This record gives sequence, structure tokens and C-alpha cells, in this order.
Amino acid sequence: MSDEYTENKLEAKAADSSSGSYAPTAETVPAKESPDQELYHAKSFWTKWVFSQDAKVIGVQYALTATAIGFIGLILSWGMRLQLGFPETFSFLGPATYYQSVTMHGMIMVIYLLTALFLGGFGNYLIPLMVGARDMVFPYVNMVSYWMFLIAVLVLIASFFVPGGPTGAGWTLYPPQAILPGTPGSEMGIVLMLISLSLFVIGFTMGGLNYVITVLQARTRGMTLMRMPLTIWGIFTATVLALLAFPALFVACIMMTLDNLLGTSFFMPEIFSMGEKLEYGGGSPILFQHLFWFFGHPEVYIVALPAFGIVSDLISVHARKNIFGYRMMVWAIVIIGALSFIVWAHHMYVSGMNPWFGFFFATTTLIIAVPTAIKVYNWVLTLWRGNIHLTIPMLFSLGFIVTFVNGGITGLFLGNVIIDVPLSDTYFVVAHFHMVMGIAPLMVVFGAIYHWYPLITGRHLNQTLGKIHFWVTFVGAYAIYFPMHYLGFIGVPRRYFEMYDSPYMTSGVGLNQFITVAALIVGFTQFLFLYNIFTSWYKGEKSERNPWKANSLEWHTPDYPPTHGNFGKELPVVYRWPYDFSVPGSDKEYIPQDVAPSQVPTAKAETT
Amino acid sequence: MSQFDISKLPKGSKGFMYDWGSDQRAFKGVPWGKAMMWIFLLSDTFIFSCFLISLMTARASTVVPWPYASEVFGLTVFGTSVPLLLIAIMTFVLITSSGTMAIAVKYGYEKNRKLCGWFLVATALGGLTFVGMQAFEWSKLIFHDGVRPWGNPFGAEQFGAFFFMVTGFHGTHVSIGVIFLFIFARKVFRGDFETGRRGYFTSMKSDYEAIEILGLYWHFVDLVWVFIFAFFYLW
Repeated sequence: MSDEYTENKLEAKAADSSSGSYAPTAETVPAKESPDQELYHAKSFWTKWVFSQDAKVIGVQYALTATAIGFIGLILSWGMRLQLGFPETFSFLGPATYYQSVTMHGMIMVIYLLTALFLGGFGNYLIPLMVGARDMVFPYVNMVSYWMFLIAVLVLIASFFVPGGPTGAGWTLYPPQAILPGTPGSEMGIVLMLISLSLFVIGFTMGGLNYVITVLQARTRGMTLMRMPLTIWGIFTATVLALLAFPALFVACIMMTLDNLLGTSFFMPEIFSMGEKLEYGGGSPILFQHLFWFFGHPEVYIVALPAFGIVSDLISVHARKNIFGYRMMVWAIVIIGALSFIVWAHHMYVSGMNPWFGFFFATTTLIIAVPTAIKVYNWVLTLWRGNIHLTIPMLFSLGFIVTFVNGGITGLFLGNVIIDVPLSDTYFVVAHFHMVMGIAPLMVVFGAIYHWYPLITGRHLNQTLGKIHFWVTFVGAYAIYFPMHYLGFIGVPRRYFEMYDSPYMTSGVGLNQFITVAALIVGFTQFLFLYNIFTSWYKGEKSERNPWKANSLEWHTPDYPPTHGNFGKELPVVYRWPYDFSVPGSDKEYIPQDVAPSQVPTAKAETT
Repeated sequence: MSQFDISKLPKGSKGFMYDWGSDQRAFKGVPWGKAMMWIFLLSDTFIFSCFLISLMTARASTVVPWPYASEVFGLTVFGTSVPLLLIAIMTFVLITSSGTMAIAVKYGYEKNRKLCGWFLVATALGGLTFVGMQAFEWSKLIFHDGVRPWGNPFGAEQFGAFFFMVTGFHGTHVSIGVIFLFIFARKVFRGDFETGRRGYFTSMKSDYEAIEILGLYWHFVDLVWVFIFAFFYLW
């Protein structure tokens, strides 16, 4: 925490030395506004690597935990696919197991993998490095955030081992069925799930406050908001969304826990179970849906916005060209974030809404397509006549653009009420959201890992394995999800344990087998990726400093990979945005953010 | 606090964005902790909003009449029943504690250690009184009137459920606040902010800004109470 009195002195100095303006110009950067952050210096192994307060270590801890639970989610998806592709073949798959796999797969992937990996993992690692801070602003709270997340994950895993197993209510956990007998896991599983989610929200809030304040208040000299890498803009906006959306999930979890344990009827209408009238009565299941989707829709963008941001940086660096329309990109991120709060009921078109409600939510939903399309155009225009290096991060970025456009366009179908109603609860929906918020963000995650792995470990990932990983994942994802669109069109409902001899499935049986085989292959390739990550950690090819010739600050630390405190004695001073590639008039191919204009006299000055 | 030249900003909305996105800090002169508390309170506002909006939908959609608050929350004093008496006192105590908190912040910035500490203690006692009266109210409702989370003799069963959940959640906030008030009162009396003694957990130095941040939280909890009061007792 900064001291008010020293601060005044510093600002007085700032006013003297920087001609009274507080916006940096091309050459001068205002003096320091706040004193240097006091850091916690860990002494022992435990405080350095286990109970660490260093955002970089916490980021890696987050990423590893999220990856570990993500692989459990992957294995669960195999269970589902085996059942769908080859029903009545595997004795270990009953209806209960199937629904439990569906539920846990969904929840794990959306919240415990993607949210935690993007915000907790990449957020922690990159925010302080990219904005030029020594650490997050509250390192202790940041550490607690990770441990809360770990406890949440452990509670989730514990639900696999309680009587009745984990909940099988579907990842949306709709009441009343979620807590009534007949749904797998209605004994203990659902309670543990709700507790785990609540813990996750508490832990995330601690981390999220850190990310937001670090970006808003702890940037280095010269780092205006409009000079931040888009990665940071994406993570920052997503964190703000999360801080405002998770409360709804938290409240829904508390209320459902009370319904379950205490016998309240927040979400429970008058209801009969096994021929007997239950004690419940008077509650509204629709209320849960509203609360859940008020969280659930922003959640889509909590996952997507960091992906948008990161992919912008990957494309720019690996195509050696500045990002097209930087300001437009920033505004698109902010506008998408704001709009994401007023579209939630498009998940509820078939819940029985007033038609005018549907009209309103369809309109807002389709408006989101505008800023999103701007972003896609800008990515394509960044690539246009760029010097595209087909590195693995670039491959994954290209894969992302294609996949995102695919998933986005099916989103336009589902956003319209009249088209959504017949497609509701079919495999078309499954295909849509896996494309747009499963595969597309994962492409960015992979690209980002290949991009930043050298920064974290000082070594490259194995390129051959990487290429195999990309091509199998990319082609395989389409092999899995393209047929699902078709299955949806012919009316195959999602979440059914088995279709038996339903006439729907006459042309779908072979497709389902095909999808299952593809899913197994793609899943196996992810294990190859995991193998690559672990072996390259100590056997990978040594990376030279700044291997991708990027401009942003994280590659220009005195120690490579960056060490405790990030920037050595002096924090860097920023003179430009991070996209100065092939600047006209400059003899340098790229100009890092901390290079003063006087050092590159011939280059045209950047005006962002 | 900031001594920057505002006249150099571009005019209109562009100037606003210029200002907001300016160098190093978006909120000039605002310490990290204070900015964090504001954002946390915004997030917490969403939690309480979700609770209260849920209450509104339950009340709007119930087919059984909602209990009449003035009767449920009335107290009988010397044979006459006074509606909302206890709640009026509770609200008065809590709002007063906001006043003492504000005075504590003032003395904190004046580095008046003793008075700052005593006013923190006064605030904490106000909070404790509030929680105590809430416990009394709960026990009266539960043991005397037979109100339960799953039903009550007055009408719609959601009444008890929402009442215990929302006031319980608010009471938890007050209790956490009281704990921190006592902790910081101790720090102030011990002179931690003068000697630069480090926090037990964070191992960081702190100063009187911490009192203001605590004050923000405390005022927020009071403000939320005003809404809960309006929605449960007056509606």
C-alpha cells in the first residue's frame, strides 16, 4: 500500500519534470506517480514454490491445476462418446454414469478449465509482466485465491467418491430435477457441486480484484490504457465481467443449497415425486434459470474475450504486422462485454417467456454480432499482406479464426427465436457451443501455450509434436462437430442416453460412430501435448531471448525467463504500443515498447 | 491531490477517455486498496441485488398472501403493540455506527491515534449491538412465532426462507466487519501505522488508509441494510 505523503512529493516532482501534462507524448513520459511496490521476498522452498506470492508461480499453479482437472473432463467426454457411438457395448456405462459424465464434463470444461486457465493462469502470469508491474497489487490475496481454487477443485473431485456419485443434473443444474431423487447424484453430489462452485466464486473474486486493480492502477510509466497489449484488454474486460456475473451464480448456488439441505422452496414448485406430494411449494424454477444465465451468458465472454485478446497479439506478432484497428478492437471488446449482460434469456426461449421478451433478447443477441464481426474483419485485415510465419501459434490462431467464424454463424441461427425453437435441445446446439466456446478458445489456449512456453521455461516445445497436435486437433474438431450440426438438423435431441431404434437415427448411427472415433483420436492427441509440455520442460530446445521478436514488455525483462520482481532494478518506461512491426522509415524490423523515439530516429512516431 | 493540468485535455468525451486511459493510473491519487474495495463492493452489490430481485419475483408470483410485515415484526411493549419497533432501533444503531466510523476515519487521517481507536471500538460495539438484536429477532421469530425457512403461520412460505437468508447474509457481513473493526482498533492502539509494524499474514506495512477502506466496507453494509429494511419491513 502506498503512503499518501510520499505520493504527494512524487507527484510534485512529476509536475515539474513533465511540463504539466499527464499524457505521455512521443518523447516525454510523465514521472512516476506512485512509489515502487514493496515485494514479499520468499526465503524458503515452501514460500517460493508452494505457498508462493509471486504472480508468475501462481499463474503456473493455476494453469497446472486447471489442466489436470481439464484432462478429467476430457476422459469423461470419452465415456459419453463411447456410449453414443456404441450403445449397449460397454457395461461400465449406465444411464446414471452417462448423465454424470455429461454434467461433470460441462462444468469442468467451462469453469474449472477455461475460466481458471485464461484468467487465473494467463492472467496471473501475463498481467504484471505486460503492464510493467513487479507483481500483482495484493500478492497475499492472490495466493489465497489459488488455494481457494484448489479447494474448489478438490471438493469437485470428492463428489466422485461420495454415495450416489457426482451430480448428473446437466451442467446447467436446473431445479427441480437437480435436487430430487431420480437424478443421479441427488444425494451428495449436487451439494458438493454447489459448494465447489461457491468456493470457486470466492477464490475467483480475490484473484479478479487483483487483476483489475493491477491493470487500472499499477501500470508502468508511459503505459496508457491505449498502449496495453490486447491480451491484457481481453483478460481485464473478462475479469470485470466475471466480477459482476459470478455473484448471480453464487446466489443461485446458495439458494439451491438451502432448498436441498434446509427444505426451503426458492426454486421448488409444488411437486410430486414417486407418487407422493413433497413438502416443497411456491418456488420458481424459472428464477434459477434467470440467475444461472445471468451468469452463464457473460461466462461465454469471460472465456471468449481473453481468447480474442490473446489471438490478436499472436496474429500480430507472427504475421509481423501491426494489429489492424487497435482502438476498434479495444472498443469491440468493451462493447461485447457490456452487451453480454443483456442477452441472457436467449438461453431460455423454450422456457415459456413472454414473446416480447424473446424479441428483445433476440435483438440484443444479434447486435453482439456487430462488434464480434468487426474483430474478425480486423484479424483478417491484420493478416492481409502480412509476413505470415506459419509457426505453431500462428497455425492455432488461423484455426481459431476459422472455427470462431463457424461457431459464430451458427450462433446467428440460434439467436433468432423462430429458428432456435425447433433447434433447441438438439445436437445443433451442442455443435454450436463446442465450436464457439470450446474449440475456438482452446485453439487460442494451445497457441498461447506454444507462444509463451519459452518465456516461462526458457525452452521451446517440440515442434514436430506441436504440428501433429495442431493438425489432429484442428481436423479432428471438425470431424467431431460438423456431423453434429447435421444430427441436429435431422432432430436428434441432446442429452439422451440412447436413441434405441428411433427413426431419427436411421442415418445417424454411422455418424455417431465416426464422431466417437474422431473424439478418441483428438483426445489422445491432447495427451501427446501433455507429454510434450512435461518433456520439453527439461529436454526442449533452448530458446534464445525473445524468440518470436515480440514487442511487449514480458519478453524484455533483464532476466530471461523473468525472475522474482520481473524487471530488475528499474521498471521499464513505455514509449509506444506493442505493435510496432515493420514501421515505415525504420531500419529495425520491430521496435519494442520500451525503446525511446530518440533511439529510432528515422521511424515514424506512433500516435496511439 | 493530483496536480495535473486538466486544461490540456481534449474537450468532450474524447477528453474523458484520454483522462481515463492516461498514464499509469486510471484513478489518480487513489491507492490500490481503496480502488480494490470499491470494485469489491460493486461485485457485492450484485450479490445483494440478486438476492433482493429474487425476493421481488417470489413476492410478485406467490399465490399465497405474503405476511404483513408490520404485524410480524411488531413488538408488544407494556401491553401496546408497536409495529417495527425493534427494527427501528436496529436501523438507528447501525446508521449511528456509520457516523462513528466516519469520525474514526477523520481522526485516523489526523493521526489522532487514541480517538481513532476509540471510535473504531464504538463502531464495532454498534455493529455488535445490531447483530445481537438481530439474534433476538431471529429467536423471537423462530421460537415464539414459529417462522421456519420452510414455512410460517402467516402466509407464503418463501417469506421465512428469504428473510433468514438475506438478513443472515447481511448479518454475516456485519459480523465480519465487527471482527475487522476490532482487529484494526487493536492495530491503531498499538500504533502499528506509526511504527510500520507488518501485518501478520500479508507481512506488509499499512497506514491510516486502511481505516478509510474499512470505513467504505462498513458504510456499504449500512447502505445495504437500508434496502433490506425497505424491502422486508416497509413493503
